[in-house]
Amino acid sequence: MQIPELAIDVSHLVTHYGSRKILDDISFQARQGEIMVIMGGSGSGKSTLLRHLLGLHQPTSGSIRLLGKDITQLNADQMYDLRKNMGVAFQGGALFNSMTVGENVELPLREHARLDENTMRIMSRMKLEVVNLAGFENLMPAELSGGMIKRAALARAIVMDPRLLFFDEPSAGLDPVVSAELDELILILRDAMNMTIVVVTHELESAFKIADRITVLDQGRILMSDTVTAVRASDNPRIQSLLNRTPRNEAINPDEYMERLTREIF
Amino acid sequence: MNTLLSFVAQVGQRSLQSVREIGYHAALLAEACYWLLFGRWRRQPVRLGAIFREAVGVGVNAIPIVALASFATGMMLAIQGIYTLRTFGAEGQVVLGISLSVTREFAPLITGIFVAGRSGSAIAARIGTMQISQEIDALRVIGINPVRYLVAPLLAAMLLTLPALTVMSDLIALFGGALYCAGELSLPIGIFFARTFEVLVAQDVIHGVLKSLIFAVIITLIGSANGFNVTAGAEGVGRATTRAVVLGCIGIILADMVFTFLTSR
Repeated sequence: MQIPELAIDVSHLVTHYGSRKILDDISFQARQGEIMVIMGGSGSGKSTLLRHLLGLHQPTSGSIRLLGKDITQLNADQMYDLRKNMGVAFQGGALFNSMTVGENVELPLREHARLDENTMRIMSRMKLEVVNLAGFENLMPAELSGGMIKRAALARAIVMDPRLLFFDEPSAGLDPVVSAELDELILILRDAMNMTIVVVTHELESAFKIADRITVLDQGRILMSDTVTAVRASDNPRIQSLLNRTPRNEAINPDEYMERLTREIF
Repeated sequence: MNTLLSFVAQVGQRSLQSVREIGYHAALLAEACYWLLFGRWRRQPVRLGAIFREAVGVGVNAIPIVALASFATGMMLAIQGIYTLRTFGAEGQVVLGISLSVTREFAPLITGIFVAGRSGSAIAARIGTMQISQEIDALRVIGINPVRYLVAPLLAAMLLTLPALTVMSDLIALFGGALYCAGELSLPIGIFFARTFEVLVAQDVIHGVLKSLIFAVIITLIGSANGFNVTAGAEGVGRATTRAVVLGCIGIILADMVFTFLTSR
Protein backbone atom coordinates (compact mmCIF):
# COMPACT_ATOMS: atom_id res chain seq x y z
CA MET A 1 0.00 0.00 0.00
CA GLN A 2 1.27 3.42 -0.92
CA ILE A 3 1.74 5.68 2.06
CA PRO A 4 -0.03 8.96 1.49
CA GLU A 5 1.92 12.10 2.25
CA LEU A 6 -0.82 13.46 4.49
CA ALA A 7 -1.60 11.23 7.44
CA ILE A 8 -4.37 13.50 8.65
CA ASP A 9 -6.37 15.85 6.48
CA VAL A 10 -9.32 17.58 8.09
CA SER A 11 -11.27 19.99 5.95
CA HIS A 12 -14.18 22.29 6.78
CA LEU A 13 -15.25 20.27 9.79
CA VAL A 14 -18.38 21.59 11.50
CA THR A 15 -19.91 19.85 14.51
CA HIS A 16 -22.84 20.51 16.80
CA TYR A 17 -23.75 19.33 20.26
CA GLY A 18 -27.53 19.50 20.24
CA SER A 19 -28.13 22.88 18.64
CA ARG A 20 -24.89 24.40 19.94
CA LYS A 21 -22.09 24.71 17.42
CA ILE A 22 -18.88 23.32 18.92
CA LEU A 23 -16.44 23.28 16.01
CA ASP A 24 -16.68 25.79 13.20
CA ASP A 25 -14.98 25.22 9.85
CA ILE A 26 -11.92 23.37 11.13
CA SER A 27 -9.26 22.54 8.53
CA PHE A 28 -5.74 21.32 9.18
CA GLN A 29 -3.25 18.74 7.97
CA ALA A 30 -0.55 16.57 9.50
CA ARG A 31 2.12 14.72 7.50
CA GLN A 32 3.28 11.18 8.16
CA GLY A 33 5.87 11.12 10.95
CA GLU A 34 4.89 14.50 12.27
CA ILE A 35 3.97 15.42 15.84
CA MET A 36 0.95 17.69 15.73
CA VAL A 37 -0.05 19.35 18.97
CA ILE A 38 -3.62 20.58 19.27
CA MET A 39 -3.63 23.36 21.82
CA GLY A 40 -6.33 25.48 23.32
CA GLY A 41 -7.90 26.53 26.57
CA SER A 42 -10.72 24.76 28.34
CA GLY A 43 -13.86 24.77 26.24
CA SER A 44 -11.98 25.55 23.04
CA GLY A 45 -13.34 22.34 21.47
CA LYS A 46 -10.08 20.40 21.41
CA SER A 47 -11.55 17.34 23.14
CA THR A 48 -14.47 17.40 20.71
CA LEU A 49 -12.06 17.62 17.81
CA LEU A 50 -10.16 14.62 19.14
CA ARG A 51 -13.36 12.59 19.54
CA HIS A 52 -14.21 13.30 15.91
CA LEU A 53 -10.72 12.37 14.76
CA LEU A 54 -11.22 9.05 16.56
CA GLY A 55 -14.48 8.46 14.71
CA LEU A 56 -16.53 8.41 17.91
CA HIS A 57 -19.01 10.98 16.56
CA GLN A 58 -20.44 11.90 13.19
CA PRO A 59 -19.74 15.54 12.25
CA THR A 60 -22.43 17.84 10.89
CA SER A 61 -20.39 18.50 7.76
CA GLY A 62 -16.83 18.43 6.48
CA SER A 63 -14.45 15.55 6.00
CA ILE A 64 -11.76 13.83 8.08
CA ARG A 65 -9.23 11.86 6.06
CA LEU A 66 -7.01 9.55 8.08
CA LEU A 67 -4.28 7.74 6.11
CA GLY A 68 -6.07 8.76 2.94
CA LYS A 69 -9.51 7.46 3.95
CA ASP A 70 -12.45 9.72 4.77
CA ILE A 71 -13.71 8.31 8.06
CA THR A 72 -17.03 10.13 7.74
CA GLN A 73 -17.79 7.95 4.68
CA LEU A 74 -16.41 4.57 5.78
CA ASN A 75 -18.66 1.66 6.65
CA ALA A 76 -18.17 -0.35 9.85
CA ASP A 77 -15.89 -2.94 8.22
CA GLN A 78 -13.60 -0.37 6.63
CA MET A 79 -13.47 1.57 9.89
CA TYR A 80 -12.57 -1.66 11.70
CA ASP A 81 -9.60 -2.13 9.36
CA LEU A 82 -8.50 1.47 9.78
CA ARG A 83 -8.62 1.15 13.56
CA LYS A 84 -5.77 -1.37 13.41
CA ASN A 85 -3.61 1.54 12.32
CA MET A 86 -4.81 3.85 15.07
CA GLY A 87 -3.71 3.89 18.69
CA VAL A 88 -5.30 6.04 21.37
CA ALA A 89 -4.14 6.89 24.88
CA PHE A 90 -6.99 8.51 26.77
CA GLN A 91 -6.64 11.22 29.37
CA GLY A 92 -7.51 9.02 32.35
CA GLY A 93 -5.83 6.01 30.74
CA ALA A 94 -9.18 4.18 30.34
CA LEU A 95 -7.52 0.88 31.23
CA PHE A 96 -10.05 -1.89 31.76
CA ASN A 97 -10.25 -2.23 35.50
CA SER A 98 -11.24 -5.88 35.45
CA MET A 99 -8.06 -6.90 33.61
CA THR A 100 -4.39 -6.88 34.55
CA VAL A 101 -2.04 -4.41 32.91
CA GLY A 102 -0.71 -7.18 30.66
CA GLU A 103 -4.21 -8.26 29.56
CA ASN A 104 -5.05 -4.64 28.84
CA VAL A 105 -2.06 -4.30 26.54
CA GLU A 106 -2.81 -7.64 24.85
CA LEU A 107 -6.46 -6.86 24.15
CA PRO A 108 -5.99 -5.16 20.73
CA LEU A 109 -3.80 -8.09 19.62
CA ARG A 110 -6.40 -10.56 20.83
CA GLU A 111 -9.10 -8.81 18.81
CA HIS A 112 -7.21 -8.04 15.61
CA ALA A 113 -4.50 -10.64 15.17
CA ARG A 114 -4.55 -14.41 15.28
CA LEU A 115 -1.55 -15.12 17.47
CA ASP A 116 -0.84 -17.72 20.10
CA GLU A 117 -0.84 -16.80 23.78
CA ASN A 118 2.93 -16.73 24.17
CA THR A 119 3.52 -14.48 21.16
CA MET A 120 0.92 -12.04 22.46
CA ARG A 121 2.50 -12.09 25.89
CA ILE A 122 5.95 -11.41 24.49
CA MET A 123 4.64 -8.57 22.31
CA SER A 124 2.83 -6.92 25.19
CA ARG A 125 5.95 -7.26 27.36
CA MET A 126 8.00 -5.60 24.62
CA LYS A 127 5.67 -2.61 24.60
CA LEU A 128 5.71 -2.43 28.39
CA GLU A 129 9.52 -2.35 28.13
CA VAL A 130 9.25 0.61 25.76
CA VAL A 131 7.23 2.60 28.30
CA ASN A 132 9.45 1.46 31.22
CA LEU A 133 6.78 -0.69 32.85
CA ALA A 134 8.57 -4.02 32.51
CA GLY A 135 7.54 -6.47 35.20
CA PHE A 136 4.25 -4.74 35.97
CA GLU A 137 2.07 -6.85 33.67
CA ASN A 138 0.43 -8.81 36.48
CA LEU A 139 -0.71 -5.77 38.44
CA MET A 140 -4.26 -4.43 38.27
CA PRO A 141 -4.77 -0.84 37.01
CA ALA A 142 -5.99 0.18 40.48
CA GLU A 143 -2.55 -0.62 41.86
CA LEU A 144 -0.73 1.80 39.53
CA SER A 145 0.15 5.46 40.03
CA GLY A 146 -1.15 8.19 37.71
CA GLY A 147 1.99 8.29 35.60
CA MET A 148 2.15 4.51 35.33
CA ILE A 149 -1.47 4.37 34.17
CA LYS A 150 -0.71 6.84 31.37
CA ARG A 151 2.32 4.83 30.33
CA ALA A 152 0.35 1.57 30.42
CA ALA A 153 -2.34 3.22 28.30
CA LEU A 154 0.39 4.30 25.88
CA ALA A 155 1.69 0.72 25.73
CA ARG A 156 -1.81 -0.49 24.84
CA ALA A 157 -2.11 2.24 22.21
CA ILE A 158 1.11 1.22 20.43
CA VAL A 159 0.85 -2.55 20.76
CA MET A 160 -0.40 -2.89 17.17
CA ASP A 161 2.40 -0.61 15.90
CA PRO A 162 -0.12 1.91 14.62
CA ARG A 163 0.74 4.55 12.03
CA LEU A 164 -1.40 7.09 13.89
CA LEU A 165 -1.19 7.73 17.60
CA PHE A 166 -3.54 10.00 19.51
CA PHE A 167 -2.62 11.14 22.98
CA ASP A 168 -5.11 13.10 25.09
CA GLU A 169 -3.59 15.41 27.73
CA PRO A 170 -0.42 13.39 28.43
CA SER A 171 0.71 15.70 31.22
CA ALA A 172 -2.61 16.41 32.93
CA GLY A 173 -2.44 15.55 36.62
CA LEU A 174 1.23 14.53 36.56
CA ASP A 175 4.23 16.12 38.24
CA PRO A 176 6.73 17.94 35.98
CA VAL A 177 9.33 15.18 36.05
CA VAL A 178 6.91 12.43 35.03
CA SER A 179 5.32 14.57 32.33
CA ALA A 180 8.79 15.44 30.96
CA GLU A 181 9.50 11.71 30.77
CA LEU A 182 6.28 11.16 28.83
CA ASP A 183 7.26 13.93 26.39
CA GLU A 184 10.58 12.19 25.90
CA LEU A 185 8.75 8.92 25.27
CA ILE A 186 6.55 10.52 22.61
CA LEU A 187 9.63 11.81 20.78
CA ILE A 188 11.33 8.42 20.95
CA LEU A 189 8.21 6.69 19.57
CA ARG A 190 8.03 9.04 16.62
CA ASP A 191 11.72 8.62 15.82
CA ALA A 192 11.73 4.84 16.26
CA MET A 193 8.47 4.01 14.49
CA ASN A 194 7.80 7.01 12.26
CA MET A 195 4.34 7.40 13.74
CA THR A 196 2.16 10.41 13.16
CA ILE A 197 1.31 11.59 16.64
CA VAL A 198 -1.51 13.91 17.61
CA VAL A 199 -1.20 15.28 21.12
CA VAL A 200 -4.03 17.28 22.68
CA THR A 201 -2.79 19.44 25.51
CA HIS A 202 -3.02 22.80 27.21
CA GLU A 203 0.51 22.55 28.64
CA LEU A 204 2.62 25.11 26.79
CA GLU A 205 5.98 23.80 27.84
CA SER A 206 5.26 20.26 26.76
CA ALA A 207 3.68 21.47 23.52
CA PHE A 208 6.72 23.51 22.49
CA LYS A 209 9.06 20.69 23.40
CA ILE A 210 7.49 17.92 21.35
CA ALA A 211 5.57 19.63 18.56
CA ASP A 212 6.61 19.84 14.93
CA ARG A 213 3.54 21.91 14.29
CA ILE A 214 0.87 23.36 16.54
CA THR A 215 -2.81 23.90 15.86
CA VAL A 216 -4.32 26.50 18.17
CA LEU A 217 -8.04 26.22 18.81
CA ASP A 218 -10.16 28.92 20.34
CA GLN A 219 -13.92 28.83 20.79
CA GLY A 220 -14.34 26.17 18.15
CA ARG A 221 -12.22 27.88 15.48
CA ILE A 222 -8.64 27.44 14.41
CA LEU A 223 -6.55 30.49 15.21
CA MET A 224 -3.54 29.11 13.43
CA SER A 225 -1.96 25.85 12.40
CA ASP A 226 1.75 26.27 11.86
CA THR A 227 5.26 25.47 13.02
CA VAL A 228 6.37 26.07 16.59
CA THR A 229 8.43 29.13 15.67
CA ALA A 230 5.55 30.67 13.74
CA VAL A 231 3.17 30.15 16.64
CA ARG A 232 5.64 31.70 19.05
CA ALA A 233 6.11 34.69 16.77
CA SER A 234 2.39 35.16 16.14
CA ASP A 235 0.98 38.58 16.96
CA ASN A 236 -2.59 37.30 17.30
CA PRO A 237 -3.74 38.68 20.69
CA ARG A 238 -5.59 35.46 21.60
CA ILE A 239 -2.52 33.34 20.95
CA GLN A 240 -0.35 35.78 22.85
CA SER A 241 -2.70 35.67 25.84
CA LEU A 242 -2.58 31.86 25.72
CA LEU A 243 1.23 31.94 25.58
CA ASN A 244 1.62 34.55 28.27
CA ARG A 245 -1.16 33.25 30.46
CA THR A 246 -2.95 36.57 30.57
CA PRO A 247 -6.67 36.58 31.28
CA ARG A 248 -8.86 37.49 28.33
CA ASN A 249 -10.35 40.95 28.42
CA GLU A 250 -13.13 41.07 25.93
CA ALA A 251 -15.18 44.17 25.43
CA ILE A 252 -18.76 43.48 26.45
CA ASN A 253 -21.50 44.49 24.11
CA PRO A 254 -24.13 46.08 26.43
CA ASP A 255 -27.12 45.05 24.27
CA GLU A 256 -26.03 41.42 24.07
CA TYR A 257 -25.34 41.44 27.78
CA MET A 258 -28.86 42.70 28.57
CA GLU A 259 -30.33 40.17 26.17
CA ARG A 260 -28.52 37.29 27.89
CA LEU A 261 -29.64 38.39 31.34
CA THR A 262 -33.29 38.89 30.46
CA ARG A 263 -33.72 35.99 28.03
CA GLU A 264 -36.97 34.03 28.48
CA ILE A 265 -38.19 36.50 31.10
CA PHE A 266 -39.87 39.20 29.04
CA MET B 1 -52.62 29.17 32.68
CA ASN B 2 -48.85 29.13 32.71
CA THR B 3 -48.69 26.32 35.24
CA LEU B 4 -51.17 24.31 33.19
CA LEU B 5 -49.08 24.86 30.07
CA SER B 6 -45.88 23.80 31.79
CA PHE B 7 -47.69 20.76 33.19
CA VAL B 8 -48.79 19.71 29.73
CA ALA B 9 -45.29 20.38 28.41
CA GLN B 10 -43.84 18.22 31.14
CA VAL B 11 -46.22 15.36 30.41
CA GLY B 12 -45.26 15.61 26.75
CA GLN B 13 -41.57 15.59 27.50
CA ARG B 14 -41.91 12.62 29.84
CA SER B 15 -43.83 10.63 27.23
CA LEU B 16 -41.28 11.50 24.58
CA GLN B 17 -38.51 10.41 26.95
CA SER B 18 -40.25 7.09 27.62
CA VAL B 19 -40.80 6.37 23.94
CA ARG B 20 -37.16 7.20 23.26
CA GLU B 21 -36.07 4.88 26.06
CA ILE B 22 -38.20 2.01 24.81
CA GLY B 23 -36.74 2.52 21.36
CA TYR B 24 -33.23 2.46 22.81
CA HIS B 25 -33.93 -0.83 24.59
CA ALA B 26 -35.35 -2.36 21.42
CA ALA B 27 -32.30 -1.27 19.41
CA LEU B 28 -30.00 -2.67 22.08
CA LEU B 29 -31.82 -6.02 21.98
CA ALA B 30 -31.69 -6.17 18.20
CA GLU B 31 -27.98 -5.35 18.18
CA ALA B 32 -27.11 -7.85 20.92
CA CYS B 33 -29.00 -10.61 19.07
CA TYR B 34 -27.33 -9.59 15.81
CA TRP B 35 -23.83 -10.00 17.29
CA LEU B 36 -24.78 -13.29 18.96
CA LEU B 37 -26.01 -14.72 15.68
CA PHE B 38 -23.80 -13.11 13.04
CA GLY B 39 -20.80 -11.73 14.96
CA ARG B 40 -18.63 -14.59 13.79
CA TRP B 41 -18.96 -13.48 10.16
CA ARG B 42 -18.45 -9.81 10.95
CA ARG B 43 -15.11 -10.44 12.69
CA GLN B 44 -16.75 -9.64 16.02
CA PRO B 45 -17.38 -13.08 17.54
CA VAL B 46 -19.06 -13.38 20.91
CA ARG B 47 -16.59 -15.53 22.82
CA LEU B 48 -17.80 -18.70 24.54
CA GLY B 49 -15.42 -18.01 27.42
CA ALA B 50 -17.05 -14.63 28.03
CA ILE B 51 -20.51 -16.23 28.04
CA PHE B 52 -19.42 -18.81 30.61
CA ARG B 53 -17.77 -16.17 32.79
CA GLU B 54 -20.99 -14.15 32.80
CA ALA B 55 -23.06 -17.30 33.39
CA VAL B 56 -21.07 -18.01 36.55
CA GLY B 57 -21.50 -14.40 37.69
CA VAL B 58 -25.22 -14.02 37.10
CA GLY B 59 -26.35 -17.64 37.40
CA VAL B 60 -24.16 -19.96 39.43
CA ASN B 61 -23.37 -17.35 42.08
CA ALA B 62 -27.09 -16.63 42.48
CA ILE B 63 -27.89 -20.24 43.43
CA PRO B 64 -27.71 -19.87 47.25
CA ILE B 65 -29.89 -16.76 47.47
CA VAL B 66 -32.46 -18.03 44.95
CA ALA B 67 -32.56 -21.41 46.72
CA LEU B 68 -33.16 -19.82 50.10
CA ALA B 69 -35.88 -17.52 48.79
CA SER B 70 -37.58 -20.36 46.91
CA PHE B 71 -37.55 -22.62 49.95
CA ALA B 72 -39.12 -19.89 52.08
CA THR B 73 -41.70 -19.13 49.39
CA GLY B 74 -42.71 -22.78 49.10
CA MET B 75 -43.13 -23.05 52.84
CA MET B 76 -45.07 -19.79 52.99
CA LEU B 77 -47.42 -21.02 50.27
CA ALA B 78 -48.02 -24.22 52.23
CA ILE B 79 -48.79 -22.29 55.43
CA GLN B 80 -51.18 -19.89 53.70
CA GLY B 81 -52.72 -22.64 51.60
CA ILE B 82 -53.52 -24.87 54.55
CA TYR B 83 -54.87 -21.89 56.51
CA THR B 84 -57.18 -20.85 53.68
CA LEU B 85 -58.31 -24.29 52.63
CA ARG B 86 -59.06 -25.28 56.21
CA THR B 87 -62.12 -22.97 56.04
CA PHE B 88 -63.57 -25.37 53.49
CA GLY B 89 -62.13 -28.42 55.15
CA ALA B 90 -60.13 -29.04 52.01
CA GLU B 91 -56.55 -29.05 53.34
CA GLY B 92 -55.87 -32.08 51.16
CA GLN B 93 -56.07 -29.92 48.05
CA VAL B 94 -53.11 -27.81 49.16
CA VAL B 95 -50.71 -29.85 47.00
CA LEU B 96 -52.59 -28.78 43.88
CA GLY B 97 -52.40 -25.12 44.92
CA ILE B 98 -48.73 -25.23 45.73
CA SER B 99 -47.61 -27.11 42.64
CA LEU B 100 -49.49 -24.89 40.21
CA SER B 101 -48.65 -21.56 41.80
CA VAL B 102 -44.99 -22.45 42.27
CA THR B 103 -44.31 -23.66 38.74
CA ARG B 104 -46.49 -21.17 36.89
CA GLU B 105 -45.89 -18.09 39.01
CA PHE B 106 -43.69 -17.99 42.06
CA ALA B 107 -40.53 -19.78 40.92
CA PRO B 108 -39.95 -17.64 37.80
CA LEU B 109 -40.99 -14.46 39.62
CA ILE B 110 -38.79 -15.00 42.68
CA THR B 111 -35.85 -16.00 40.48
CA GLY B 112 -36.37 -12.99 38.22
CA ILE B 113 -36.65 -10.48 41.04
CA PHE B 114 -33.60 -11.79 42.86
CA VAL B 115 -31.45 -11.89 39.74
CA ALA B 116 -32.65 -8.38 38.85
CA GLY B 117 -31.62 -7.19 42.30
CA ARG B 118 -28.27 -8.96 42.22
CA SER B 119 -27.21 -8.58 38.61
CA GLY B 120 -29.30 -5.73 37.20
CA SER B 121 -27.55 -3.29 39.51
CA ALA B 122 -24.16 -4.89 38.93
CA ILE B 123 -24.55 -4.64 35.16
CA ALA B 124 -25.57 -0.98 35.34
CA ALA B 125 -22.71 -0.17 37.72
CA ARG B 126 -20.11 -1.95 35.61
CA ILE B 127 -21.13 -0.43 32.28
CA GLY B 128 -21.77 2.97 33.88
CA THR B 129 -18.30 3.08 35.45
CA MET B 130 -16.77 2.05 32.13
CA GLN B 131 -18.72 4.83 30.45
CA ILE B 132 -17.47 7.62 32.71
CA SER B 133 -13.87 6.39 32.74
CA GLN B 134 -13.86 6.34 28.90
CA GLU B 135 -13.39 2.57 28.83
CA ILE B 136 -16.34 2.30 26.42
CA ASP B 137 -14.60 4.78 24.10
CA ALA B 138 -11.40 2.78 24.49
CA LEU B 139 -13.26 -0.36 23.37
CA ARG B 140 -14.62 1.45 20.34
CA VAL B 141 -11.26 2.86 19.23
CA ILE B 142 -9.68 -0.58 19.59
CA GLY B 143 -12.39 -1.75 17.20
CA ILE B 144 -14.46 -3.69 19.70
CA ASN B 145 -18.19 -3.09 19.51
CA PRO B 146 -19.28 -2.40 23.14
CA VAL B 147 -22.64 -4.12 22.68
CA ARG B 148 -20.96 -7.22 21.25
CA TYR B 149 -18.33 -7.24 24.00
CA LEU B 150 -20.43 -6.34 27.04
CA VAL B 151 -24.12 -6.98 26.33
CA ALA B 152 -24.22 -9.99 23.99
CA PRO B 153 -22.38 -12.44 26.30
CA LEU B 154 -24.48 -11.23 29.21
CA LEU B 155 -27.72 -11.77 27.28
CA ALA B 156 -26.67 -15.27 26.31
CA ALA B 157 -25.64 -16.07 29.89
CA MET B 158 -28.95 -14.78 31.26
CA LEU B 159 -30.96 -16.75 28.68
CA LEU B 160 -29.05 -19.89 29.67
CA THR B 161 -29.03 -19.56 33.44
CA LEU B 162 -32.39 -18.00 34.30
CA PRO B 163 -34.46 -20.97 33.03
CA ALA B 164 -32.10 -23.32 34.86
CA LEU B 165 -32.45 -21.29 38.06
CA THR B 166 -36.21 -21.33 37.60
CA VAL B 167 -36.35 -25.12 37.36
CA MET B 168 -34.15 -25.33 40.45
CA SER B 169 -36.44 -22.88 42.19
CA ASP B 170 -39.44 -25.05 41.21
CA LEU B 171 -37.95 -28.08 42.91
CA ILE B 172 -36.76 -26.28 46.05
CA ALA B 173 -40.03 -24.40 46.57
CA LEU B 174 -41.97 -27.65 46.18
CA PHE B 175 -39.61 -29.24 48.67
CA GLY B 176 -40.25 -26.40 51.12
CA GLY B 177 -43.99 -26.88 50.72
CA ALA B 178 -43.65 -30.66 51.09
CA LEU B 179 -41.65 -30.26 54.27
CA TYR B 180 -44.33 -28.09 55.90
CA CYS B 181 -47.13 -30.41 54.77
CA ALA B 182 -45.21 -33.34 56.22
CA GLY B 183 -45.24 -31.65 59.62
CA GLU B 184 -48.72 -30.10 59.53
CA LEU B 185 -50.76 -32.70 57.65
CA SER B 186 -48.52 -35.74 58.28
CA LEU B 187 -48.27 -36.07 54.50
CA PRO B 188 -45.12 -38.02 53.58
CA ILE B 189 -42.80 -36.12 51.29
CA GLY B 190 -42.81 -38.94 48.76
CA ILE B 191 -46.59 -38.79 48.48
CA PHE B 192 -46.50 -35.00 48.18
CA PHE B 193 -44.19 -35.22 45.17
CA ALA B 194 -46.12 -38.13 43.67
CA ARG B 195 -49.30 -36.05 43.78
CA THR B 196 -47.47 -32.99 42.47
CA PHE B 197 -46.34 -34.88 39.39
CA GLU B 198 -49.87 -36.19 38.98
CA VAL B 199 -51.45 -32.74 38.80
CA LEU B 200 -48.67 -30.96 36.89
CA VAL B 201 -48.47 -31.14 33.13
CA ALA B 202 -45.38 -30.18 31.15
CA GLN B 203 -47.24 -27.06 30.02
CA ASP B 204 -47.12 -25.62 33.57
CA VAL B 205 -43.35 -25.89 33.87
CA ILE B 206 -42.82 -24.63 30.34
CA HIS B 207 -45.05 -21.65 31.13
CA GLY B 208 -42.72 -20.70 33.99
CA VAL B 209 -39.57 -21.29 31.96
CA LEU B 210 -40.85 -19.14 29.09
CA LYS B 211 -41.48 -16.35 31.54
CA SER B 212 -37.95 -16.63 32.85
CA LEU B 213 -36.63 -16.13 29.29
CA ILE B 214 -38.57 -12.87 29.04
CA PHE B 215 -37.25 -11.80 32.44
CA ALA B 216 -33.69 -12.57 31.30
CA VAL B 217 -34.07 -10.18 28.38
CA ILE B 218 -35.64 -7.48 30.59
CA ILE B 219 -32.94 -7.62 33.26
CA THR B 220 -30.09 -7.52 30.73
CA LEU B 221 -31.55 -4.69 28.67
CA ILE B 222 -32.56 -2.44 31.56
CA GLY B 223 -29.25 -2.97 33.33
CA SER B 224 -27.09 -2.26 30.29
CA ALA B 225 -29.19 0.60 28.91
CA ASN B 226 -29.01 2.43 32.22
CA GLY B 227 -25.27 1.81 32.35
CA PHE B 228 -24.65 3.14 28.83
CA ASN B 229 -26.67 6.26 29.52
CA VAL B 230 -24.68 7.36 32.57
CA THR B 231 -23.36 10.87 32.11
CA ALA B 232 -23.02 12.62 35.45
CA GLY B 233 -20.00 10.98 37.05
CA ALA B 234 -20.09 8.77 40.13
CA GLU B 235 -23.46 10.14 41.20
CA GLY B 236 -24.85 9.15 37.83
CA VAL B 237 -23.60 5.59 38.31
CA GLY B 238 -25.42 5.44 41.65
CA ARG B 239 -28.61 6.68 40.08
CA ALA B 240 -28.30 4.22 37.20
CA THR B 241 -27.92 1.22 39.54
CA THR B 242 -30.97 2.21 41.56
CA ARG B 243 -32.93 2.79 38.39
CA ALA B 244 -31.83 -0.54 36.94
CA VAL B 245 -33.12 -2.44 39.97
CA VAL B 246 -36.39 -0.54 40.31
CA LEU B 247 -37.23 -0.57 36.60
CA GLY B 248 -36.03 -4.17 36.33
CA CYS B 249 -38.36 -5.39 39.07
CA ILE B 250 -41.30 -3.36 37.79
CA GLY B 251 -40.61 -4.54 34.26
CA ILE B 252 -40.58 -8.15 35.39
CA ILE B 253 -43.88 -7.86 37.26
CA LEU B 254 -45.60 -6.05 34.40
CA ALA B 255 -44.29 -8.50 31.80
CA ASP B 256 -45.41 -11.34 34.05
CA MET B 257 -48.92 -9.91 34.23
CA VAL B 258 -49.17 -9.41 30.47
CA PHE B 259 -47.72 -12.83 29.70
CA THR B 260 -50.02 -14.58 32.16
CA PHE B 261 -53.02 -12.66 30.81
CA LEU B 262 -52.21 -13.65 27.25
CA THR B 263 -51.47 -17.32 27.89
CA SER B 264 -53.61 -18.45 30.84
CA ARG B 265 -57.14 -17.49 29.94
